[in-house]
Amino acid sequence: MRPSPTTITAAPPGHDVTDLLPDHDAIAEWRGLRERLARADRDAAAAALAALAGGIRRTVISTIAGAGLGHAGGDLSVTDILATLYGAVLRVDPADPGWPDRDRLVLSKGHCSVALYTTLSTCGFFPAERLSTFAAPMSPLNGHPSRRSVPGVETSTGPLGHGLPVGVGIAVGLRLRGSAARTVVVLGDGELQEGSNWEAAMTAGHRGLTSLTAVIDRNGLQQGARTSATNELEPLADKWRAFGWEAVEVDGHDHLALLDALTAPHDAGRPRCVIARTVKGRGVSFMEDRVEWHHKVPDAEQARSALEELR
Amino acid sequence: MILRQTREETHEETYDCRDAFADELVRLARADSRVVAVCNDSVGSSKLGAFAAEFPDRLVNVGIAEQDMVGIGAGLANAGLVPFVCGAATFLTARALEQIKADVAYSLANVKLCGMSPGLAYGALGPTHHSTEDLSWLRAIADLPVVVPADPAQTRAAIRWAAETEGPVFLRIGRFPVPDVSPPGVPAFTYGRAVRLREGVDATVVATGTMVSRAMRAAALLEERGVQARVVNVSTISPLDREEIVAAARQTGAVVTAEEAVPTGGLGAAVAEVVLETRPVPMRLLGTRAFAPTGEPGFLLEHFGLTADGIARAVLEVLGLDHV
Repeated sequence: MRPSPTTITAAPPGHDVTDLLPDHDAIAEWRGLRERLARADRDAAAAALAALAGGIRRTVISTIAGAGLGHAGGDLSVTDILATLYGAVLRVDPADPGWPDRDRLVLSKGHCSVALYTTLSTCGFFPAERLSTFAAPMSPLNGHPSRRSVPGVETSTGPLGHGLPVGVGIAVGLRLRGSAARTVVVLGDGELQEGSNWEAAMTAGHRGLTSLTAVIDRNGLQQGARTSATNELEPLADKWRAFGWEAVEVDGHDHLALLDALTAPHDAGRPRCVIARTVKGRGVSFMEDRVEWHHKVPDAEQARSALEELR
Repeated sequence: MILRQTREETHEETYDCRDAFADELVRLARADSRVVAVCNDSVGSSKLGAFAAEFPDRLVNVGIAEQDMVGIGAGLANAGLVPFVCGAATFLTARALEQIKADVAYSLANVKLCGMSPGLAYGALGPTHHSTEDLSWLRAIADLPVVVPADPAQTRAAIRWAAETEGPVFLRIGRFPVPDVSPPGVPAFTYGRAVRLREGVDATVVATGTMVSRAMRAAALLEERGVQARVVNVSTISPLDREEIVAAARQTGAVVTAEEAVPTGGLGAAVAEVVLETRPVPMRLLGTRAFAPTGEPGFLLEHFGLTADGIARAVLEVLGLDHV
């Protein structure tokens, strides 16, 4: 048989998704939260974001325990960052994931897919019930996020050091198209050891990409050991500044601090790096700051205990 | 051997396919504001000078940073643009192979990867600069069409097709001078289709890129020996036109492949896989089977037997006529 010109699955400008469809009830609920947050005072906003993050954490634990696969430690360190972004910052439309002027979130630390999937389903990009298929045969929810199958995933990640160059390209492209949409790349600190990040950092600084924000989930641990024991990253903020970025350091579990860092106007002509100091395994005492929880899966008793702590 | 006297003697006019590429890219950019070019400090070698002069804002030169370049290409596609990501084929493919796999092919990003000056084009600059493994690497990646135009007409048609087609593509744009091989009256490039340039019943030479015109000359030499060789131009290496390859094996009973690349995994392996699965026949796979010694491109092609003579000898060998 001759090869068909349609051998490639034609990808529409947005996404090629037939399996995971928007959950309109969840979208309505998320929009309600966004409206409440827009009117809320700081205490109320902090409480609402904490509640959102708490729900995501519990679902992360039950999803990983159910699937027998996942990266619980990193999922829990990045949760408050994702909750703040999707709860209060990013302009996205879960009913129309390919909306051309949407803000873009690139999860460079793709191993923390469960935190992303849970956050996306909370916003209504797809029904939360589908999370139970995570890592199951033929599920759209792969161990690492795929742009092919998950609405809201902008680029397929997993191998480290890929997100920032893609984010730089998005920011350059949106600017060329005259769009005001923002691009946020969430990076692990360990993956900054990949040189591709610094190639991209150089380009972003050189091009003055004001619409680009990098958020570093600075939990200080990588798969095998502390980052400081493996290949030291400090002085981290100075490195970004030297590449033409502004850099701020915040408590990555303080929703209001994150909110301020993610919404303050950028210095003219500078991309922003938010170094979010986090704790791997945050919220579960026996996981916190423990390197083995990089990709250890809780057994039934550990999961029950973790959910109890996260209640 | 009697064939030696005609080695590489040709009076055909030859072209650098990069010129056709550069000219067509400017035309495309005039017609479609989404078309942008991305390069790695290769404005000159990717022939992007005219593009840069006319569309300075739409040229993203990232400097000497190929992983960044390919990721940025994927990001530009995400933003709704149609990026042509240009760099020396050897660096584009080798240094950014994982970006090509994950950010472009697996992400189904609308990126047109343009590997310039492939094969042995860099001659005496040596094996570090020879892009001889690119076809093998890229052919192994799913959902990534691998397109190798053989002449300027195919180059123009292929990049027009790439711009009009949503999805990833790798285009191998030759620097080595080639004559026109596209027959008049048929589309210069049809995605996924090989073009039979010459009929023959005794054997088939399947060639790609710079080797196509050499295969045609080889067929002319073989005709003097009474051997009727079919010549097939494969300009889409992946996905391969299986039907044309099966027809070649069935109807001519012997196949020789020729490419300016390692046949291990490249065109030779691709054709051999189809032949083996469908109609096993004797084959010879011509290509670069070692790191090249020092020398200019023409010398290196001779060294590897990638000449009209070399191809003709391989055909005689596969037919058992080499000692006749």
